Amino acid sequence: MPQDKDFDVIVVGAGPAGSSCAYTLAKEGKTVLQIERGDFPGAKNVTGGRIYVQALEQLEPGLALEAMLERQIVREEITLIDYDNSNKKDYYIDLRSMDGAGRSFTVLRSKFDRWLADKAEEQGVVKVCGIRVDDLLEEDGEIVGIIAGEDRMYCDAVVAADGVNSLMAQKAGLLDELRAPNFSIGIKEMIELPAEEINRRFGLQNKDGMVKKIFSCTGGIHSEVFLYTNLASLSLGAIFFPEEAAKRQKSVQQLFQELKMHPFVYPLIKGGRTAEYAAHLVCMNSYHPSLGKLHKNGFLIVGDAAGVILNIGYDIRGLDLAIMSGLAAAQALIAEQDKEEIGIAYEQELNKVLLPILKSAAENYDSSPIPLIMRETFQLRDNFIKIYGRVDAL
Amino acid sequence: MSIKILNASELLFLNKFNVDEKNPHIILDKEICAKCEEKPCLAVCPAQLYTLDEDSRICFDYIGCLECGTCRIMCKNKGISQWHYPRGTFGVTFRKG
Repeated sequence: MPQDKDFDVIVVGAGPAGSSCAYTLAKEGKTVLQIERGDFPGAKNVTGGRIYVQALEQLEPGLALEAMLERQIVREEITLIDYDNSNKKDYYIDLRSMDGAGRSFTVLRSKFDRWLADKAEEQGVVKVCGIRVDDLLEEDGEIVGIIAGEDRMYCDAVVAADGVNSLMAQKAGLLDELRAPNFSIGIKEMIELPAEEINRRFGLQNKDGMVKKIFSCTGGIHSEVFLYTNLASLSLGAIFFPEEAAKRQKSVQQLFQELKMHPFVYPLIKGGRTAEYAAHLVCMNSYHPSLGKLHKNGFLIVGDAAGVILNIGYDIRGLDLAIMSGLAAAQALIAEQDKEEIGIAYEQELNKVLLPILKSAAENYDSSPIPLIMRETFQLRDNFIKIYGRVDAL
Repeated sequence: MSIKILNASELLFLNKFNVDEKNPHIILDKEICAKCEEKPCLAVCPAQLYTLDEDSRICFDYIGCLECGTCRIMCKNKGISQWHYPRGTFGVTFRKG
């Protein structure tokens, strides 16, 4: 005799993927429990700093206008630093004309994730924070609920939106052991700086913002420094390959501190105040249907947990794709009754939404600065291709 | 903190942590760690929580963990016998980012 269910759907995690899924399900009348292990949504989340807002409009027209965002990104600067640190090459992309799909904003997760989860709650989602989901309840090969501490909760479907280290997906037996070569580590300092000083320093008006990326290979270690201008702070971070750091026995913590004081970086953050230190794994491979199964009866994986990432060469997009995957999962859960059909419908919907984006990213690659950079007789180019040339493979 | 080179403890001091005193979320099998030659954890932990003692044995402190999971994917010999997230409300809270 099957256990009475407590909710139609239980969503594990209150990041953008989980909240988008919960939002849509509740709006369509499903009973939804959303469980977040942090004190509040966003408390455990780390991002470089940008979101393409078109996805929010897909979730609900008008949502992008009221979203908790920082500055609209109007300019992107890419700098390459040569091996010996003496040579630097700058590329500028003016994004002022960007509208619709290309429109992006800087974002702080402690504000944004909380806002989006609140929107879901307004739709009727029951949200609990400060609870860790420990395990899945499985009966006859079907996921029927979750275990959190002493509590067991039953439902028709569990949606795993528990991030890049998805322990839920592993417990469901859907993910092989994570393989390090596919991951980089992002390290970030939040640097507070008054809004007027940010505008003066980066030549910005009002709430316009910019992104700066600095690619280098100092001491044989590849890195990408990123800087995002928030309203009154800078997100300064760097991406490293853990395999490389381990091989050369260089601490990523120290490497980041050295980059921070680099003559091409320090002037950007001078006079600021470091307020927080964070780190996060970054999946470097773009989403591909061959990645592996993202469902099992009564169980769907969304967002970072599902590897829903787009690596477009000089930028790695995840936030908007996470929202789209949460939406796709919700649509499948609403449209289908049969557990197996739900999973199939989810992956079909996900591919319908994501594959055109991946395709257009590959096509836009030609008009991006990357081929230009490749053509330059610049020493860094081989490394640049090695790390950031993966759009080719789409 | 003004802009300067900061060591790991200075950086971690800026963050909010709620330590689950009795329940480490990451547990090592020190016998396996002792036999591990590469010890990638020493380089890849952004909080530098993996260190060597005077006898070159791995020391690890789960307090200050940023919960990124890099040690988990880099630990090739399964010296990390348990990697879980801290219990609800425990661990790091990113208030600013």
